[in-house]
Amino acid sequence: MALKEGDKVVFKIFRYDPEKDKAPYYKDYEVTITRTGMMVLDGLNQIKWEQDHTLTYRRSCREGVCGSDGMNINGVNTVSCMSHIEDYNANVLTIKPLPGFPIIKDLVCDFEDFFNKYYVVKPYLIEKDPPPGRERLQSPEDRAKLDGLYECILCGCCSSSCPSYWADPDYLGPSAMLNAARFVFDTRDQGSDERLDAVNSIHGVWRCHTILNCISACPKELNPTKAIAGLQKEILKRKY
Amino acid sequence: MADIDVRIEEFDVVIVGAGGAGLAAAIETGGSKLKTAVVSEVYPTRSHTVSAQGGINAALANMDEDYWIWHMYDTVKGGDYIGDQDAMEFFTKNAPKTIIELEHWGMPFSRIENGKAYQRAFGGQTRNFGESLAHRAVACSDRSGHAMLHTLFERTLHQDIAPYVSYYSEYYALELLMDKEERRPIGIVAWDMVNGGIHIFFSYAVIFATGGNTRNFRTNTNAHVNTGIGWTMCLKAGIAIKDPEFIQFHPTGIYGVGNLITEGVRGEGGYLLNAKGERFMKTYAPHVLDLASRDVVSRGMAMEVLEGRGVGPKKDHCLLKLDHLGHDFIMDKLPGIWELAYKFVGVDCTKDPIPVQPTAHYHMGGIPTNVDAEVVDWDGEKEVPIPGLYAAGECACASVHGGNRLGCNSLLDLVVTGKQAGRNCARWIIEEKPVFPNPPEEFIADKYAKGIIDRIKGYYEGGEGTVSMDAIWEDLRDTMQENVSVFRIEEKIAAQVKKLDEYEKQFKEVGLTDKGLTFNTELAEIFDLESLLYVSRVETEAALARKESRGAHSRDDYPERDDENWMKHTFTKIDENGKVEIEYVPVRTKPLTAPTFQPKKRVY
Ligand SMILES: Cc1cc2nc3c(=O)[nH]c(=O)nc-3n(C[C@H](O)[C@H](O)[C@H](O)COP(=O)(O)OP(=O)(O)OC[C@H]3O[C@@H](n4cnc5c(N)ncnc54)[C@H](O)[C@@H]3O)c2cc1C
Ligand code: SF4
Ligand code: SF4
Ligand code: FES
Repeated sequence: MALKEGDKVVFKIFRYDPEKDKAPYYKDYEVTITRTGMMVLDGLNQIKWEQDHTLTYRRSCREGVCGSDGMNINGVNTVSCMSHIEDYNANVLTIKPLPGFPIIKDLVCDFEDFFNKYYVVKPYLIEKDPPPGRERLQSPEDRAKLDGLYECILCGCCSSSCPSYWADPDYLGPSAMLNAARFVFDTRDQGSDERLDAVNSIHGVWRCHTILNCISACPKELNPTKAIAGLQKEILKRKY
Repeated sequence: MADIDVRIEEFDVVIVGAGGAGLAAAIETGGSKLKTAVVSEVYPTRSHTVSAQGGINAALANMDEDYWIWHMYDTVKGGDYIGDQDAMEFFTKNAPKTIIELEHWGMPFSRIENGKAYQRAFGGQTRNFGESLAHRAVACSDRSGHAMLHTLFERTLHQDIAPYVSYYSEYYALELLMDKEERRPIGIVAWDMVNGGIHIFFSYAVIFATGGNTRNFRTNTNAHVNTGIGWTMCLKAGIAIKDPEFIQFHPTGIYGVGNLITEGVRGEGGYLLNAKGERFMKTYAPHVLDLASRDVVSRGMAMEVLEGRGVGPKKDHCLLKLDHLGHDFIMDKLPGIWELAYKFVGVDCTKDPIPVQPTAHYHMGGIPTNVDAEVVDWDGEKEVPIPGLYAAGECACASVHGGNRLGCNSLLDLVVTGKQAGRNCARWIIEEKPVFPNPPEEFIADKYAKGIIDRIKGYYEGGEGTVSMDAIWEDLRDTMQENVSVFRIEEKIAAQVKKLDEYEKQFKEVGLTDKGLTFNTELAEIFDLESLLYVSRVETEAALARKESRGAHSRDDYPERDDENWMKHTFTKIDENGKVEIEYVPVRTKPLTAPTFQPKKRVY
């Protein structure tokens, strides 16, 4: 559906202010298209600045790299700053906070649990040998193993779309495990044993049922399922 | 409404800002086992360092022969000779070591066949004092800032450092607390955004690392949170801002939205075209063409538009061609650029050129610091450090960038000055054992933060305001773009001074609609706008005062650089009545060990 300047689209937005509201509700706002290629974030800004200053959401970079604005738009998790309004082919966009995350206010969720799970996988390079005087060498092929892993923006879209993440409160989730893989497959890292121990559990790699929701949710087109499968293989390889 | 909750905590060090500079500082203070609080408006990995694309300069010589002194020469020349050469020497000399350390911490650099880090060409970077192009910028594809910010954050999670670093994410810093008699900081006041409430951090030392602030321009490359709070906190505390008139306009912002297309595109062989399909940089920089320094390229583009050779129905922009680099190369080395161009203007840059225009990008000026990253006062004769106060990264001005920053020198700046601030701060606390500012029993929250608490109460108890914040902000962005942009002239800058008077008056009539305490982003935006008014004020008045053209500050009415009268830094302060006071401070032209690079005409 091509939208042109002056066209209107309705944003049906999840609202909840814990100080005022007994229960969440949806409120409709009319967004006017002011340029081609308008993003959902531009629409939210238009509402906040021109219609309703109380509307609350996170945003920062407005170019899909900071991971602030993960949300659910017409049933799909994504970052609002890189989502074209017209790509939804709809007159009404229903916008909700990330499913499965506790809600702080409107579209803002609590990421504490999400980050705590990320910390569990020791997401930093672990070195046992003292580093050389220069940069460590790594071939372009070995470096390429990190592509598709290091680009994660910690937006939470994947974990929030995962049925196992909803069902098991202790499940580490796709994002944490993709970040574990980021280091396990780095030829410079020497901490894989501890890291694999952290994910080798019923709340770790073995909880994933390859439902694949996480892949379609990732705005950076990363593949957590593949990363998890890689970790499973690595665990089995080390054990037997 | 209920009373505003006030909480008090004590730390050894408070770092304001969790971008590259703040995290580099935290690695040092945490590594020295100092109890460190890192206060940030956003979660650390959401800081704007994450957006940097192109790379980081260091004379590692992985691609061809290179020395730090060549890098230093380029930096001095790129800055149009107003940089402080002691800081520039420290900066370029420490670059290789800094990159190697980042690699050891896990930064995923792109590599070359022999396993070393890949280095690409960037604007203004040359070999042998301007002879030929240098390949000096290490990179992680075109996601260098993301890779760097994540690596630094990861390092703070390391078991040696993590126990000492406490993150206060989604805390909005509001005020710097100073002991006026001793002229040293005693902590900061922040607003807890999630719960609502004042949080006072008392500490021996404060390090500012609040990043950039170009959200006051219509087209800019900055994140929503880049509103210059560090500058404003310092101005309110009577500390100067150095060289605020030097604002970098990056040549290649995406047309209409401003988001950045890295100079790395030109470093890899992309180039600019006008409406006639001409490679116009031949006229403005015959030797290095599209890889001249940014001020030169932005002015070249602005000239093409002024002379009617702009592209599009409004003839107001240029084109950046890169399809000749080939699909595979673009997808390997510039995948983020492909995504941005495709998403924002629907251009597949493996086939078509990207429409671009200069976009407000970076501040060369900032909180004045010396080579040790200590914040300094000017006493009329010399720079005097304020004990316990440090600044690093884009919000600071050492000055390592002079009047114009070279591409890929900022990410380096963050880590070099960030570490320098953290290290010197740790040394000061550990070796000089200062007394903790005021014994805790004497802390009465109200005494220190009464002004700001009353103001916030005023917003909550007051009306919804008669002026809309949005109207001021929108107008501010248009008029700054119009009057204090790539080309500047007396009448326009003076007109902007008047405009700012109006905005400040209108700002007093802004009120709060959202009376909730929980995650009140409207309250944060009020402080954002106030901060941008402070920033715009010092930028505009300093630009009006500097009657010459140098680096990014280009005056139509004074087109030449004037070393005789203007080889000096601007120190701007704002007094209690909101009036700007300007002092001029000599450039530190003597490097630490190298001979001084004397000013020469800048040709590219
Ligand atoms: C799109 C883009 C591309 C770039 N590419 C390059 C490049 O390739 N190479 C290069 O060298 N440089 C590049 N730069 C420049 C460089 O990225 C920035 O100058 C640098 O990242 C700034 O880092 P910083 O740590 O000083 O600040 P930031 O990373 O911006 O961090 C600022 C911190 O301050 C905090 N803060 C702000 N306000 C408040 C407040 N009120 N209360 C509490 N905390 C607050 C924020 O939360 C944040 O944590 C680029 C810049 C942009 C915008
Ligand atoms: S593939 Fe695994 S991680 Fe991804 S959504 Fe399914 S269960 Fe969750
Ligand atoms: S894997 Fe993708 S969806 Fe998940 S947190 Fe990272 S960037 Fe977001
Ligand atoms: S605002 Fe940063 S990812 Fe959307």
